[in-house]
Amino acid sequence: MEPFTTLTGIAAPLLRANIDTDLIIPKQFLKTLVRSGLGQHLFHEVRYDSEGRERPDFILNQAPYRGASILLAGPNFGCGSSREHAPWALKDFGIRAILAPSFADIFYTNCFSNGLLPVALSMAAIETLATVEGPLTVDLPVQRVRGGDHSFAFDLEPARKAVLLEGLDEIRRTEANLADIAAYETRRRKEAPWVEIRVH
Amino acid sequence: MNPRTLYDKIWDEHLVATRTDGTSLIYIDRHLVHEVTSPQAFEGLREAGRPLRRPNTILSVADHNVPTIDREKGIDDETCRLQVEALEANVKAYGVPYLPLLDDCQGIVHVVGPEQGFTLPGTTIVCGDSHTSTHGAFGALAFGIGTSEVEHVMATQTLPQRKSRNLRVRFEGRLPRGLGAKDLALALIGHIGTAGGTGHVMEFTGPAVRALSMEGRMTLCNMSIEGGARSGLVAPDETTFTYLHGRPLAPKRAMWEAALAHWRTLASDENAAFDTEITLEVGSLAPQVTWGTSPQWVTDIAGRVPDPETAASTDDRQSMLRALEYMDLRPGTPIEAIELQAVFIGSCTNGRIEDLREAAAVARGRKVAQGVRALVVAGSGLVKRQAEAEGLDRIFLEAGFEWRQPGCSMCLGMNDDRLAEGVRCASTSNRNFEGRQGRGSRTHLVSPGMAAAAAVTGHFTDVRRLMEA
Ligand code: SF4
Repeated sequence: MEPFTTLTGIAAPLLRANIDTDLIIPKQFLKTLVRSGLGQHLFHEVRYDSEGRERPDFILNQAPYRGASILLAGPNFGCGSSREHAPWALKDFGIRAILAPSFADIFYTNCFSNGLLPVALSMAAIETLATVEGPLTVDLPVQRVRGGDHSFAFDLEPARKAVLLEGLDEIRRTEANLADIAAYETRRRKEAPWVEIRVH
Repeated sequence: MNPRTLYDKIWDEHLVATRTDGTSLIYIDRHLVHEVTSPQAFEGLREAGRPLRRPNTILSVADHNVPTIDREKGIDDETCRLQVEALEANVKAYGVPYLPLLDDCQGIVHVVGPEQGFTLPGTTIVCGDSHTSTHGAFGALAFGIGTSEVEHVMATQTLPQRKSRNLRVRFEGRLPRGLGAKDLALALIGHIGTAGGTGHVMEFTGPAVRALSMEGRMTLCNMSIEGGARSGLVAPDETTFTYLHGRPLAPKRAMWEAALAHWRTLASDENAAFDTEITLEVGSLAPQVTWGTSPQWVTDIAGRVPDPETAASTDDRQSMLRALEYMDLRPGTPIEAIELQAVFIGSCTNGRIEDLREAAAVARGRKVAQGVRALVVAGSGLVKRQAEAEGLDRIFLEAGFEWRQPGCSMCLGMNDDRLAEGVRCASTSNRNFEGRQGRGSRTHLVSPGMAAAAAVTGHFTDVRRLMEA
């Protein structure tokens, strides 16, 4: 996976609360067999009208936000379904960082699987950043977001940070524990043999 | 040893390793797989040349994309068909157990798992689907995961995890007649909000939970994700064991006895500490109906559409205004005055046999109101067969409901079962998000009895009135 270090780019404000994964990428686009190509369908129902034309009032249809790489949002971003199509669509559009007061659990984890950085900041900080003209900088190594005269620090669990900074493959990391997994399986077969599935 | 919660116990029992970065590697006993969130995971395995570690811990079935009518003729929609075919090819290539589309046992993953005895107390269960929380009804630690994690589990049978906080929800008192688990779930989410459970595993306790059947407990745990929780849990008891006994994949004979002895230890210790406690008194609860585009926007049948002017903050007011505009509702409108054009009874929340019985009891001898289209979609082939054996299909058909083949159907409309723009629906599913049942469609979440009552009257009605008649 592509590492994430420092990102400077346009930030699109979409300050609604509870932006759910159905809104981020609606069901008709979940029928794909691949991870790519979903960017054009990001926020489909609010981005296009029923004839498929762009709605000029939607933020991502306006310059300079068409080229946004950062999204500013309200609390509980990514609630709802577990679809990883949501971060796939965001990433395919060009978004690499999402700044919001809070995130839903599954979406949050899905971001890290795809090299996206979800940054938790207070709503006041998000609203301040939304007023900044010009690009924002998300500096992962020092854990700060800067824009205009403003600068906000953010928290991030070290393990999550390492995954992004180094572009780590989680499965490869877990393979370092293969001996532990095998030992666990042996023990478990003895202690809880009923868990083994036997088709009768 | 310190007193532990049920969640602590299952966690401890599945800890494979604690890594230097502070994350824990948790063993996954069971994995449910469906057609929508798995193709990229299988593809990832294939590209990396990794084997699937334990194919026999997986149960796979197609449910989201499948037609609910004339299924024997195949799937018309090409993209849906390709996804189902991809699943069939993948499970064959990797030797994964699969319930074929025309099999009697096919159905929604979260209905199928429990009825096959695949879901067992004390196990860890994952699925690329947020409503995996349903299986927590058995005292299993069950949660939804993304596709990258699906691949991770396939390759390693584990997941790197951070421990969640413990939240206990106590439902005190006895639910009034005519109310069920759906009303409990909606009332709770109305109380804590859709982010109220974020970072927590919720254990449901109290007399109103003990009194629930397994079906009811599944409905409750199903919706714990709507309250933001990672999982829901109900400690197993005799109701659980009776349900599981004799199920095809449940342990048998001596193994059953050994399992039972362990399962009886699966309860939170008396003095176990919870990070958060919530108590709700349910003795005077009334049937719940959502009015907005989030499950937390709920009131009871005697209520009215709220006025955004009374919102706690400007942000809340704006969200409410937006929701009311989308739902085409005016503040102050009595819930009973809201008219419906569609009714959907089904989904992993309320597509089980008890749900259909509850709806049929209301539909019996009545007719679907003019201008209403009403769909009943069993959660699985076994539910459908059982309902037909009890004559429920006749009741529904005579009343003017459509009786469909099992699948997710109009819960999210990935197949053809979608609502047209502007159509208002009483639905027994779990999400009323914008566009969930079709672009521009308007969803109100209710219990199966309330959905049937709405179908036969054409507007929301307190189901208890129809029960007395
Ligand atoms: S019934 Fe609805 S919520 Fe349940 S698995 Fe299917 S689509 Fe998801």
